[in-house]
Amino acid sequence: MPIRNKIGEMVENVRLLERSCGQRKPSVGTLYLSATHTIFVENNPETRKETWVPHSMVSGVERLPPSPTGSQLILRCKDFRVILVLIPQERDCVDIHASLARLSRPEKYSELYCLSFNPNVNKEQREESWAFVDLAADYRRMGVPNNLWVTTAANSEYRVCDTYPSELFVPKSATPAVIVGSSRFRSRGRFPVLSYFHQDTLAAVCRCSQPLSGFSGRCQEDEMMLQAVMKSNPGSDYIYVVDTRPKTVLCASLGKEYSEVMETAMKLVNYLRSSSALQHCLLRAFLNELNAMANRAAGKGYENEDHYTNIKLQFIGIENIHVMRSSQQKIVDVGEMRSPSMTDFLFGLENSGWLKHIKAILDAGVFIARAVADEGISVLVHCSDGWDRTAQACSVASLLLDPYYRTIRGLMVLIERDWVSFGHKFSHRYAHLDGDPKEVSPVLDQFLECAWQLSEQFPCAFEFNERFLIAVHSHIYSCQYGTFLGNCEKERRDLRLREHSHSVWPQLWKERSQFTNPLYQTDLSPSQGVLRPNTSPYCFKLWKGLYNHTEKSMPPRQSPADFLSTVREESKQLEEELTNQQERLTALTGKPITWEKVAVPRRRRRTDCQKHGGPDPPATTHGRLISGPDGQTDRKAPRKDPALTLPLRDTDDFSACSDLESGVADLSSRSSSGGDDNKEAELE
Amino acid sequence: MEFSEHIRTANVEDVELRQPLQPAGRGTLCITGHHLLFSVRGDGGGRQLLLLLRSVDAVEKRTSGSSGTITIKCKDLRVLQLDIPGMEQCLNIAHSIETLSCLDRVSDMFPFFYRPVDLRLQGCWGLSSPEGHFSQAQELHQKWRLSSVNKDYLVCPSYPPALIVPACIDDKTLRKLAKFRQGGRFPVLCYYHRKNGMAIVRSSQPLMGANRKCCTEDEQLLEAVIEGSDKGYIIDTRSSQQAQQARMTGGGFESKSCYGRWKRLHRQMERGKALQESLIKLVEACGDESHNMDRWLSKLENSKWLSHVQTALSTAGLLAECVERDGHSVLVHGSEGTDCSLLISTLAQLIMDPRCRTLEGFLTLLEREWVQAGHPFQQRCAHSAYSHARVQQESPVFLLLLDCVWQLWRQFPLALGFSEALLLRLASEVYASDYGTFLCNSDQERCLLGVKEKTYCLFQALLRDRDLYSNPLYEPTELAIWPSVHPQSLQLWRGFFLRWTPQVRQLEEAQEEIRHMVMECARLALSVRDTAARPSENSS
Repeated sequence: MPIRNKIGEMVENVRLLERSCGQRKPSVGTLYLSATHTIFVENNPETRKETWVPHSMVSGVERLPPSPTGSQLILRCKDFRVILVLIPQERDCVDIHASLARLSRPEKYSELYCLSFNPNVNKEQREESWAFVDLAADYRRMGVPNNLWVTTAANSEYRVCDTYPSELFVPKSATPAVIVGSSRFRSRGRFPVLSYFHQDTLAAVCRCSQPLSGFSGRCQEDEMMLQAVMKSNPGSDYIYVVDTRPKTVLCASLGKEYSEVMETAMKLVNYLRSSSALQHCLLRAFLNELNAMANRAAGKGYENEDHYTNIKLQFIGIENIHVMRSSQQKIVDVGEMRSPSMTDFLFGLENSGWLKHIKAILDAGVFIARAVADEGISVLVHCSDGWDRTAQACSVASLLLDPYYRTIRGLMVLIERDWVSFGHKFSHRYAHLDGDPKEVSPVLDQFLECAWQLSEQFPCAFEFNERFLIAVHSHIYSCQYGTFLGNCEKERRDLRLREHSHSVWPQLWKERSQFTNPLYQTDLSPSQGVLRPNTSPYCFKLWKGLYNHTEKSMPPRQSPADFLSTVREESKQLEEELTNQQERLTALTGKPITWEKVAVPRRRRRTDCQKHGGPDPPATTHGRLISGPDGQTDRKAPRKDPALTLPLRDTDDFSACSDLESGVADLSSRSSSGGDDNKEAELE
Repeated sequence: MEFSEHIRTANVEDVELRQPLQPAGRGTLCITGHHLLFSVRGDGGGRQLLLLLRSVDAVEKRTSGSSGTITIKCKDLRVLQLDIPGMEQCLNIAHSIETLSCLDRVSDMFPFFYRPVDLRLQGCWGLSSPEGHFSQAQELHQKWRLSSVNKDYLVCPSYPPALIVPACIDDKTLRKLAKFRQGGRFPVLCYYHRKNGMAIVRSSQPLMGANRKCCTEDEQLLEAVIEGSDKGYIIDTRSSQQAQQARMTGGGFESKSCYGRWKRLHRQMERGKALQESLIKLVEACGDESHNMDRWLSKLENSKWLSHVQTALSTAGLLAECVERDGHSVLVHGSEGTDCSLLISTLAQLIMDPRCRTLEGFLTLLEREWVQAGHPFQQRCAHSAYSHARVQQESPVFLLLLDCVWQLWRQFPLALGFSEALLLRLASEVYASDYGTFLCNSDQERCLLGVKEKTYCLFQALLRDRDLYSNPLYEPTELAIWPSVHPQSLQLWRGFFLRWTPQVRQLEEAQEEIRHMVMECARLALSVRDTAARPSENSS
């Protein structure tokens, strides 16, 4: 049957269940399909709750076979929510499914939400929004340019490397010829440049892509470039080259066959040492051919310590994007298990390998930070192309090295620098457009998780809280703002995103009060210098807030953070009041007056302002983009909410299985599940 | 009581001490009857270590040449190392620590010698008595009475002298039915839910035996518990299979034919040796230094400790649900009724009853449900996770309770009036203490040895340190606090199991900051009020 485009249409009597949100009973309402969102409005006249799902957030739509009560759709979202929709007419369901499948896989940038999203701001404000994060200012803050590191015009108009920014910092002694030569020897032309300069030790974190060295290839300019990096740190006579790829895998990718052939060839050589000159000649020719072949095939590799003097090569095994993609899928599956036993859960956690990968990334950051801060040695980081694992390692290192990046604004700057400007392929990795699924991978998710793991270990060291990281996470996927669109700076410029879309950072900054960690201490010495985290396995936890919405939206737990924010605000008010009083006292000394009694303000929990959610995408939607107002309501957490009590299990379920002697049910074999309802609240 | 015969070398000079989170120090080591004392040389008495020998779980010695190293593994999971010059001295010291750390006679233990200068032994030991508890609970008086049938500990040696039972059951009946329960632990009231008048009653298993014996008096008592209600629940902390098997050894369960109005629910809880081994495995996993994530997760899973936490909390949740949601009384027992029954009744009370969640309330609850109710502390806590001794009666049930309470505390950071520091303190005091509270296995033993006259009470001491042990975030709520037992909601109790790693310091720092912030706020509020009041004073 022909598919009708459902945009702009609505379907009534739809039932929606967001189980991942802890919802048990489906709500009945009307489903609207706009050009940018799927919108569900509850019929209940009292609540009229609205659920907004931007199409860009949908990672998959699945249609189940129709049942007598209707047809069911499963919407899987990129922020790991799962929404079930039951549509009475199969025909409607088929159409919506087809429309959504199309809408959630835009083929062109022009179809993306951010290019139609129009917050109520004028041109100047929009331009200002793009200037909010100023990378040049950050480089100045870290003290460059200086007499060691200088800007280079080599990449203006993206001539040398089209995935790098045009503004780059290189060692002072690196001449344009060296830069160009080095870039030719590096994958995608991504030559060594400065990522972070540590003023205390004058050591630097630099980044690049892998050398195209193959087996014997070398490049004088590249060797000079590394020499220049070393010379830009007056205190040391070598640099670390950190290859973030596992060494074993690297050797394997260089060709197992090749090494076997080489081995046989070497045996031949030994055998033929004593033989005739002709045979010798033939063998030599054969070996040369073999080598060239391998070079062409692999063409990649890591720095040969024989050619590069004064480097120390360090491998840190971070797996590639494909391993990470499937690992994250496994961890999501673990989060979606209905009533897992502790064994199932821990086994799933181990089996996913996710925490192992997070640990590897953090370990890379720790190695770099230690080299820079403790040893005063500069570090050059690369992986293959230098835009995934390299970005992770460098940004984690910055987070550890510099307290500034642990502030709200600092994290924005860090993401803008190490990820956005240095050509992390956002649109490929986060599937902004319909494309190769093999290019998709949760690379930045992992960096955000590293930040979260660190904030769990150092509760007082970060200005931002978990909500901020989750908000950034959803913006990376949602395409509501133009910040994360495209794959590199050049592409962004060509798309003229700054004219057609808005930057996310000022919006998040405006909402910073809800992103602030009340325990953050600006003047605390141990956590204000270099962070030295413990990376023992037991320090890592599953990031429940991100992966498990069931938990997040369970009856509002009492939040110490909210409590402390209130306390902090209250203290501030009291302090002001005290100062006021004292001023008035001094002014009034001696004068008999009647003094009004100052009531000590009662501690109130800060409530987030209720956001409006009309038929148009609310201009101020933030954080949990997927839903309009309901996202806010469960954060409100009214203190005496009766929902604080959580039904352990449905009561009827409980009495139905109470007696053992009936011989029907062996209760002991049931998974004991205090906080979980065994009864599936199904749609039909 | 000659400790000196165990001390061949009392003092050693020039010993190096290495302990977690502190720089190594060189100084003098001294062994006394109850303590290991180490004072850093030339430090003016500033840095000292005073270690109760009772808290030593295992001693390992290694000698090389003329010196030796003693590794001391403590019951609070701390590991210390002493480098001692002189092999003989080293062996002597190790021997003394080994012997003095596991003295058998309770009256030789340190609480009987502990005499702090600022305290005097006074009449009142403990926070409350069964009598006091009953007389305060007016709401009980109609249906329940205080029985002194056990005043000479003859009916049940592990129960206290006074017990709360249904008012209509007389002492004669109690004496009879006590014979039908293992160890004489007949059903007694442990919690009365004021909202709906329902009760939690606990006991040991009925001695039904292979030929399905019945006891009319026992049935009468239980019938009296649910008088005026349609039914009651029995939560058996064993699987139905285990309960069936128990009949072979004379135990059993409440059969449907005799207890028609009671519905039995079985929840298998791990106990005894299995629990002790679980703890040993977990502590071993925490000490693994291979930095291998897969190995850690698999060891964590393999220890099963978190599974035990999950089961305990969910069984307690079930119990609370029966009482609070379903509105019925519940009888809890396993086999002996001195371990798991106490564990889940305590947790259920924390879930339901806001009065148990204050600092005093919690300590009173522990005193009532564990100390007075006869949890055999001496047997269960003789050794901890490092000991090389064969596991006999040891079982970390109380530690499991503390872990579960910590999980509650973490899930409801505002609802409990006490701090993590309290739980940590209790976790080490239960194994080795200056105080007499956790000595012996029952009230009777405590009376015989004069514990209440000759030692100090820990709970009273803890209440004197209110600032340290109260929760600055505490905001009382009347609501039940239902814990989530989803595996993702339960975490390893880092504060305890990784207590001696630097990582935990950061978390402590955060706790301090919280306390500081709240106190600062209160201070400001006070000054504002004072300043506001001053001018009016002037004017008058």
